[in-house]
Amino acid sequence: MYDFFTTTILGMGLTIVGQIFLLVIPLLLALAFLMYADRKIWAAVMMRRGPNVVGVFGLLQSFADFLKYIVKEVVFPAGADKAVFLMAPMVTLVMSLIAWAVIPFNDGWVLSEINVAILYVFAVSSLEVYGVIMGGWASNSKYPFLGSLRSAAQMISYEVSIGLIIIGIIISSGSMNFGDIVAAQDSDYGLLSWYWLPHFPMLILFFISALAETNRPPFDLPEAESELVAGYQVEYSSTPFLLFMIGELVAVVLMCALISLMFFGGWLSPIPGLPDGIFWMVSKMLLVFFFFSMVKAITPRYRYDQLMRIGWKIFLPLSLLWVVFVAFAAKFDWFWGLYARWTVGG
Amino acid sequence: MSVAVFIFYLFAICTITGGLFTVISRNPVHSVLWLILAFLSSAGLFVLLGAEFVAMLLIIVYVGAVAVLFLFVVMMLDIDFAELKAEMAKYMPLALLIGVVLLMQLTMAFGSWEASAQAEGLRGAVTPTDTHNTAALGLIIYDQYFLIFQLSGLILLVAMVGAIVLTLRHRTDVKRQDVVAQMHRDPAKAMELKDVKPGQGL
Repeated sequence: MYDFFTTTILGMGLTIVGQIFLLVIPLLLALAFLMYADRKIWAAVMMRRGPNVVGVFGLLQSFADFLKYIVKEVVFPAGADKAVFLMAPMVTLVMSLIAWAVIPFNDGWVLSEINVAILYVFAVSSLEVYGVIMGGWASNSKYPFLGSLRSAAQMISYEVSIGLIIIGIIISSGSMNFGDIVAAQDSDYGLLSWYWLPHFPMLILFFISALAETNRPPFDLPEAESELVAGYQVEYSSTPFLLFMIGELVAVVLMCALISLMFFGGWLSPIPGLPDGIFWMVSKMLLVFFFFSMVKAITPRYRYDQLMRIGWKIFLPLSLLWVVFVAFAAKFDWFWGLYARWTVGG
Repeated sequence: MSVAVFIFYLFAICTITGGLFTVISRNPVHSVLWLILAFLSSAGLFVLLGAEFVAMLLIIVYVGAVAVLFLFVVMMLDIDFAELKAEMAKYMPLALLIGVVLLMQLTMAFGSWEASAQAEGLRGAVTPTDTHNTAALGLIIYDQYFLIFQLSGLILLVAMVGAIVLTLRHRTDVKRQDVVAQMHRDPAKAMELKDVKPGQGL
């Protein structure tokens, strides 16, 4: 039996499919409750009750929404490019899901252990912009088109600074593999040895860039309800709309996972002595997600020119300077070797 | 047929289909989307070769940035297909001529191509097993060919500066935004409240 799953092509294929389901189903289930948590936190900040009707404390609200989305009629706008129109939400969802292939939840708990994992995540998240552009263009309508143009420019701008911040992390750990990056943050000092301390300015920059990259408030300009109705999603209804929503939320959770892996030591325990494990990884992701929700609740939306100014004139130079600084600090071993913790090579 | 061979043919067919439809599809936006398919499948081919770093760079640079800009420009074009066809008929002879010349040159080049006896062995051993190809590429580019790499970067920089210089105009008749001045505005000075008496106006 064991041989069947490790040697034959059919067996290995089945194993891979099983692993994928093992990752995707808990992820999507967790997503339903994260959506609920997001709305509850938002409501609590505004002193509202939030969803509280479906199920105990409204816990089943997301499932009710899910049913509502899929039983509605799919409407195609007249003159829409049907194939591209339907492909756009699928691209959004698929791109945000396949990035999880390289995200480890514990030491070695990863679907695909590749050398360039962090580049892979970066590449896939840079492809997410296509869902937005294609959706906006294929709708054959003005508001979606304007929304998608805004969004494409926004996502490309913030990818630049995200890329530079990632380079800083890569220099510090000497590897692009998440396992090695987390291993590089391991030491006897617990949470003090994680990268949030030496890379603290970049943690803030990365968090803000992640907000912009995933179109979360205060940078939700592509779908600014008050100006563009809902941006590129205006013409979407039913399941395609649902796919857009899920795709966006999966991208947000992916950013949470990235932040916890790169800055907060992934599955390492914060207190020396306590065992490492998936529990820490999940709690760190939830903590970061809480901050994403809080930001959504307490900040007003940015103006578009302000967003672009921050991206190109402040974040880009800062992160570029930081890369230079980290390169020197790692090369010449400044600050007691805080910046040079190579686990492999050097 | 092993899995690797099957995947190779899958990616190869996708690349060629993508390239073909890039050329023959009527709608320019569809062309760009097919081009993206071609890029993605060639990235897959790179992965099969064991060059995962190049594959990721191909996706990040070409699909993530260049093709987005293509799509951006093409999406905003207002195209008259009849006119486009007339234009195409006009330039067809020239295009054919260039195509034929290129084909002849390639035939001549490949006709006299002689592979070294060791080439097959070198091609078989692209990646040394003890080092990641990212590290190997870094050592080659930044140690061995440092000057050439920097020079090619400089050429790109000059091209970029040139494009900006050519298109940048400073118009004096436009009101410009001064962010610092905006941020330091005093609300008390910006607004004045007047008590308007009924029936009088200001």
